[in-house]
Amino acid sequence: MDLDALASCFASPACLVTQTTSGLIIGMLLFLVAVGLTLIFGVLKVVNFSHGAFYMFGAYFAMTAYQVTGSFALAMLCGAGGTAILGLIFERAFMSRVYGADVLMQLLVCYAFVLIFDDVVRMIWGPEFKSMGMPAAFQVAPLFIAGGVVPPYYLLLIGVALAAAVILGLGLARTRIGKVIRAAAHNPGMVSALGINTGLIYGGVFALGGMLAGLAGALAAPVRSLTPGMGFSVLIESFIVTVIGGMGSILGALIGALLIGLIRSFGSLGFPLFTEGLMYLFMVIVLVSRPTGLFGKEAA
Amino acid sequence: MTELQAGEGAQVLEAPRIDARPQRFRDLFIALAAFVVLALLPTIFGSKQLLDFVIRCAAYGLFATSLNLLVGYTGMISFGHGMFFGLGAYGFGLMMQKTGVSIPVAFVATLAITFIVAAVIGAICVRLKEIYFAFVTLAFQMLIHSTILSWQSLTGGDQGLRGGIPRPPFLGIDLSHPLHLYIASCALLVIGLLLMRQIAQSPFGYTLRMIRDNPTRASFIGINVWRAKLTIFVLAALFASVGGMIMALFVSGAYPEFAYWTISGEGIFINMLGGVTTFLGPMVGTVLLLILNDTVTRLTEYHGIVLGIVILFFAIGLRKGLMDFVVEWFAQRREGANG
Repeated sequence: MDLDALASCFASPACLVTQTTSGLIIGMLLFLVAVGLTLIFGVLKVVNFSHGAFYMFGAYFAMTAYQVTGSFALAMLCGAGGTAILGLIFERAFMSRVYGADVLMQLLVCYAFVLIFDDVVRMIWGPEFKSMGMPAAFQVAPLFIAGGVVPPYYLLLIGVALAAAVILGLGLARTRIGKVIRAAAHNPGMVSALGINTGLIYGGVFALGGMLAGLAGALAAPVRSLTPGMGFSVLIESFIVTVIGGMGSILGALIGALLIGLIRSFGSLGFPLFTEGLMYLFMVIVLVSRPTGLFGKEAA
Repeated sequence: MTELQAGEGAQVLEAPRIDARPQRFRDLFIALAAFVVLALLPTIFGSKQLLDFVIRCAAYGLFATSLNLLVGYTGMISFGHGMFFGLGAYGFGLMMQKTGVSIPVAFVATLAITFIVAAVIGAICVRLKEIYFAFVTLAFQMLIHSTILSWQSLTGGDQGLRGGIPRPPFLGIDLSHPLHLYIASCALLVIGLLLMRQIAQSPFGYTLRMIRDNPTRASFIGINVWRAKLTIFVLAALFASVGGMIMALFVSGAYPEFAYWTISGEGIFINMLGGVTTFLGPMVGTVLLLILNDTVTRLTEYHGIVLGIVILFFAIGLRKGLMDFVVEWFAQRREGANG
C-alpha cells in the first residue's frame, strides 16, 4: 500500500491530469467492449462469455491490415468489420442453437469458443507478444494540459469511443431499427408475429456487439501488446462493468466503465498490488447494495 | 362447500413410506467395495502414473461433486466455487509450513477456516438470483485470487507456496510416502462422496431439489430458503476445501491457479460433461476431463481447439452430460422392452 503516492498525486494537477486521462482510456476501451456485451444480453438474453475473443480478433485484424496497407483508417475498418462478420457467423451457426437451452449450455458453447479462438490466433499469428506500433500520423509531441502529459492518440481514442456511445444511444432511442431492436428485447414473439425477421435482428445485434468489441481491440492495438490470451482480462473487466452498471443498460455501461477505469488508474498508485482486488471489491459492494446494478431494472 | 368441509371429505393421502435404511446400507456397501478396489489397485498395477491419476481424480472429483450439490441439486450456478478449493490448498499448506502442527489438526483447522469464510461469503451471495449469484461468486473468487497475489509476505504471491509442505507422520501414516498418500486420498474421496450422498438423499436434500424447482412454493410451505441455501453453500465449500487439501498434499505446495476462476470453470465443465442429474455424474466427468486433458496435451500443443470441439459436441450435439445420456438411454430401452 502506498497511500502517500496517492495523496501527493491528488495534490498535483499534472499527476491528476495524467492519471485521469489514462483512466479515461481504460474506461473508454472497456465501455466499447462492455456495451456490446450489455446489448447482446439485453436483446438476446445470453451472456456472451466469448466476447473477449472479438476484442482480440479486432486487434489482430487491425495489426495485419496496418502491416499490409499501411493505412490506419483501413486498419480500424478491418478490425471492426472483420469482427462484425465473425460475430454474425458465430451467432447464426452456433449461438442460435442454444437459445432455448439453459444458461449452462450457453456458457459452455462460449467457453468452447474461447479455447478454440485463442488457439486459432496462436496458430495464425504465433504465441509471442506482438505490437502494432503507433501510426506515423500520431507520432507527434504530446499535449501538455496543466503540466500533465496527454498523447494526441488518447484524444482520438476517447473521441471515437464517445462518438460510438452517442450514435448507439441516439440510434436505439430515435431510429426505426432502434425501436425494432428494443421491441425484440421486450417481446420477441410479438415482434416476429408482426412479420419482422427476429433471427436477422439477433444476428445483427450480435454482429454489432462483436463490431464494437473489435473496434475497441483495433483502437487498443497501437497502445497495448497483443497476445492470444489478451481477450480474457478485458472480458472479466467488462463483465464487472456491465454488472456494476446493470445488465442491459447502455448508460450503466458508460458510467461503470469510467468508474472502473478511474479505479484502475488511481488504484495503481495507492495500491499497486491490489488494483484488481479493488475492482472486485467495488463490484461486491455495488452488487450487495443494489443487486441489479446501478442502472439496472428491477428483476421481475 | 367451505374449505373446512372440503378438507373433511377429502381422503387422507398416505405418503409412500420408503424405508431409507436399505438404501443407506447399499450406499455404504458400494463405498466399501469401491474403496477396496481402489486400495488393491497398486498391488495389481504398480505404475506410479496411475496412482497419481487417481489422486488427482480424488481432488477434482470431490470438488466437482460438491459443486453439483449447488448446481444440480439446488440450482445455484456458482462461478466461484474454486475459491474454496484454493482456500483449502492455501489454508492447509500455510498451516503446515508456518505452525508445524500435525496433519489432522491442520486438516480440521482448515475446515474451520473454510466454514467461517464460506458462511460470510454465502450470507452475502445466496440472496441473489441466478446470473447475479454467478457473478458475485465470481467476484469473490477473483477477490481471493488477487489477495493471494498481493499478500506476498504470507502467500508468496504469484510464485505460490514453495519449498514443499512438511508432511510429518501421524498414527503410523506417513503421507510423504506415495502409497500412503494414495490410500489416504482414496479414503477421503470415498468418505466425502458417501457423506455427500447422504446429504443428497436426506430430507434436506429433497428440500434443496424443491428450492431448485420452485423456490416460491418452498418458502410458502414454511421452508427458510435463505438458510437452506446458505447451509448447502457452506457444506459444499467444506468438501471443495478437502479437495484442495488433497491437491496441496499431492503437489506439496499451493499455487494461485488453484484459486483462479478457471478452476470454477473447469468444475462447471466437469459437471456438464458427466451430467448433473445423477450423483456420480461429476465423478465420471472428472475422470473424462482428466483423461482428455492428459491425452490431448501429449498429442498436440493446440489442446484448446480439441477440448473446445469436444465441449461443442456435448453442448450442441448431446445437449446433456454423458451420465444423463446413459440414464435416459437405459430408461428408453426399458420402456421399449415393456411396451
